Amino acid sequence: MRSVVLEIDGREVGAKEGMTILDAARSVGIQIPTLCHHEKLEPYGACRICTVEVESRGRSRLVASCVYPVEEGISVRTRSEKIDRLRKMILQLLLAHAPDSPVLKELAQEYGAKEDIFDKEPSFCIHCGLCVRYCAEVKKLNAVGFVGRGTRREIAFVPEVASKVCWDCKECFPLCPTSALQAAYMLVEAFAGSGPGVD
Amino acid sequence: MELERVDGIIERHGADPSSLIQVLLDIQKENQWLPPEVLRRVSERLQVPMARVRHVATFYKAFSLVPRGRHEIHVCMGTACHVRGAPRVLNAVQEVTGIGPGETDMELTFTLKTVNCVGCCALGPVVEIDGVTYGKMTPSKAAEVIRNYK
Amino acid sequence: MARLNSPQELHRFQEELLSRRPSTAFFVSICAGTGCLAAGAKEVIAAFKEEMEKSGIAAKIQSKETGCPGFCERGPVVVIYPEEICYLQVAPQDVPEIVAETLMNRKVVDRLLYVDPATKKRVQRESEIPFYKKQVRNLIGNNIRIDPRNIEDYIALGGYTALAKALFQMTPEEVLQEVKRSQLRGRGGGGFPTGRKWEESRNAPGDVKYVIVNADEGDPGAFMDRALLEGNPHSVLEGLIIGAYVVGAHQGFVYVRQEYPLAVENITIAIRQAEEYGLLGENILGSGFHFRVKVHQGAGAFVSGESSALMTAIEGKVGEPRPKYIHTAIKGVWDRPSVLNNVETWANIPLIINKGASWFTQFGTDGSKGTKIFSLVGKINNTGLVEVPMGVTLREIIYEIGGGIPRGKEFKAVQTGGPSGGCLPAELLDLKVGFDELTQAGSMMGSGGMIVMDEDTCMVDVARYFLDFLSEESCGKCVPCREGIRQMLKLLTAITEGKAKEGDLQLLVDLAEVACDASLCALGRTAPNPFLSTLKYFASEYEAHIKERRCPALSCKALVSYYIDPERCQACLRCLRSCPAQAISGAKDTIHVIDQDKCTRCGTCLEVCPPRFAAVRKVSGEPVPPPLPEEKRIIVREREGK
Repeated sequence: MRSVVLEIDGREVGAKEGMTILDAARSVGIQIPTLCHHEKLEPYGACRICTVEVESRGRSRLVASCVYPVEEGISVRTRSEKIDRLRKMILQLLLAHAPDSPVLKELAQEYGAKEDIFDKEPSFCIHCGLCVRYCAEVKKLNAVGFVGRGTRREIAFVPEVASKVCWDCKECFPLCPTSALQAAYMLVEAFAGSGPGVD
Repeated sequence: MELERVDGIIERHGADPSSLIQVLLDIQKENQWLPPEVLRRVSERLQVPMARVRHVATFYKAFSLVPRGRHEIHVCMGTACHVRGAPRVLNAVQEVTGIGPGETDMELTFTLKTVNCVGCCALGPVVEIDGVTYGKMTPSKAAEVIRNYK
Repeated sequence: MARLNSPQELHRFQEELLSRRPSTAFFVSICAGTGCLAAGAKEVIAAFKEEMEKSGIAAKIQSKETGCPGFCERGPVVVIYPEEICYLQVAPQDVPEIVAETLMNRKVVDRLLYVDPATKKRVQRESEIPFYKKQVRNLIGNNIRIDPRNIEDYIALGGYTALAKALFQMTPEEVLQEVKRSQLRGRGGGGFPTGRKWEESRNAPGDVKYVIVNADEGDPGAFMDRALLEGNPHSVLEGLIIGAYVVGAHQGFVYVRQEYPLAVENITIAIRQAEEYGLLGENILGSGFHFRVKVHQGAGAFVSGESSALMTAIEGKVGEPRPKYIHTAIKGVWDRPSVLNNVETWANIPLIINKGASWFTQFGTDGSKGTKIFSLVGKINNTGLVEVPMGVTLREIIYEIGGGIPRGKEFKAVQTGGPSGGCLPAELLDLKVGFDELTQAGSMMGSGGMIVMDEDTCMVDVARYFLDFLSEESCGKCVPCREGIRQMLKLLTAITEGKAKEGDLQLLVDLAEVACDASLCALGRTAPNPFLSTLKYFASEYEAHIKERRCPALSCKALVSYYIDPERCQACLRCLRSCPAQAISGAKDTIHVIDQDKCTRCGTCLEVCPPRFAAVRKVSGEPVPPPLPEEKRIIVREREGK
């Protein structure tokens, strides 16, 4: 694979074609926050908190570093006033769903995000998709999936599958950034025959 | 719905994961809704995990996972109809039927749906009932039309 | 019908058709587009068949069910050729007279003609009607002459000549250069140069490539793609085959939204007929080029009209958009090079190949060449489809073609670009319509929807309406869009209910920034546009709602009260009887009074109060005048001669 040289935060970084900006940054110890990223899973590009600024051929744009491929000669900035503002607002939007999440609280401190900007939302899920994707890509069981779309989108366990495989697995529980216990709650709800997506 | 009919529809489109949406559309058209055992059959035959079948069935508005009423009322809420007063027409329809958008009443008489533009903007506000288009609707006219269906 | 196996056979067949149906032929076209059908065209068509049988002329004079000619406000539309006599709002009971007078005696039925509101004179010919006169109907003009279910109508008008020319007189590279020279930009909303997109796919590695027609047309208020696909499906198909030839694709898709059943039917029939005539499928016209087309129906999701989401839907998955860094022209459907273009874009191709790029570039502005079909809807006299060269002003479209605002109301704004676009105020009526011009003004071309709004439209509510629409239509995957829209909708709803808090407007602007900058796809990135454009041009309306709890357009239910003016009420009992909440008290000679506690603000009383009384009033931002004391409510009427 061809090698690619790019600049991240003023530093020259050597990478390989096919890597993402996030991969390249992490390879040299540059931190970019993520919520929906996991080494064992395909990059998802949903939380957008890994957004960085890329300058190439005189044009500057904001991209999700976890999916944007490295290019020869681009210049990347991982922090700026604009980027910090975006991350702060993303965190504030998510805190409305999961104010007690340890990872959200930690990031909130760093970016000055406040939990009371928006009223508390009834659903705890921040749609990082880690549980759904882990069960599909790693376990290949598809016991949990998304239902609906837009502001009505939710996660839901598939009762026929979950009732057989989940209790012995539970590997998705610690992945949940909001609370492992809440994932279990959803599971129990599915067993009982209620919850979203169950007819 | 008999599973033979489901199988027949699957044969027509090909038992391939990429046929999922087209298969479900045909089933929806024939059966007016997607019962759980039908979804299971589709999942098996098309080799698509149930989680994905359910995401597709709940992502697209054309599909219904619950039985529908005898009469389907579509109130167009497209921008042109909105500007001509569609929200008030919708309120009147809700009042007469007793149900809200997306709902079916207990006796399975009506299912009410809002739709986003049926392309008859010259006749707006538009209400469609069982495929029949009623144009230039007002709250009182819409209420009267629906009372005739009861 | 024998297959056409060469361009010579096609030309011979065209000549044969023309000899059978000269331009002086006498025939009747009845619009059978969805709009006219909804207005009762089916009964008119049946009446014509019956009447013509009865009069014995059915064998001599042809009646045709055609595609939509665009004058939807006055449907059902009937045009009689060769004189082009245009009858409007035809009812089944008018048909016997039309048959007897016009078809049998070549006499015009005056009362069914268009009346020019300015000159008050009747207009006989379709092309003389002001609505049509200012249009340049390159694309949609043939709709009224074609039965979309009969390929021979299309061939007789020169159809598939461009395909023959491309396949036999030009190389794929030459066709590509012609399209690039035409400077055609995508008509679906993105405005991306079509030639460049084709070139990218043509040069992309891989043997399997796809070309796709995007007929999802999700923008509410836009129906030009429907009219083209329903009314002239072969024009789109011919363009698609030419595109396939350039790109090197042998499989194409037509993605039609399932809400357009007639379009699905007609394109399916068109594909079958084209295959029968040797114009599609194996060895097209004996050229050795093979290309097949499959129809794929949408299932009710606005977001799946986004090009990468549409391709994902073709794969049978949920229509979630993909990041744009990977060009779908290189990695599209099943990661193969895929060219996706809008219906109208494809329909332009046969014209460009037949008449040349220089012909095409004579229309339009520097940055936007050609014509564009707009759907002119909302508060406008002449609702319908309007095709004009780019560069025509909004004023010309709205007033000279559209006939202005009905009921003497004042123009307030025109919304273009659907949920991704913006609202333009009266100060910008002289703006020339074009991709860049509209974007610079804070809106965008979009697919061509043009929704006219008047003084009774609340602009804050318009912003709320679009966010409400998007909150359901967003795929929901990324945070800035799903959560940004969720919170923006809540804030705007609060404003329309008079519950705005200090700082809400700034928070809306901050949320808009995040959605614009960090969303995964164009739906999220453009979602704040209606809000931002209305805030820019109608800031005073926002201020009134927030600071005074007043809706200047008297539209927002929570901020409006209805009351009956005692000076004008004639106690006719109409509103009293119609009120669904039984909130009106009164009697035959007693002034009616609305009980504000019971009133649900449905507007029925205003609707039914006879115009000669016009006693129902709306107020906002101020209390309703207190009702008259009971004694004063009795009307004393002077009775003459009693």
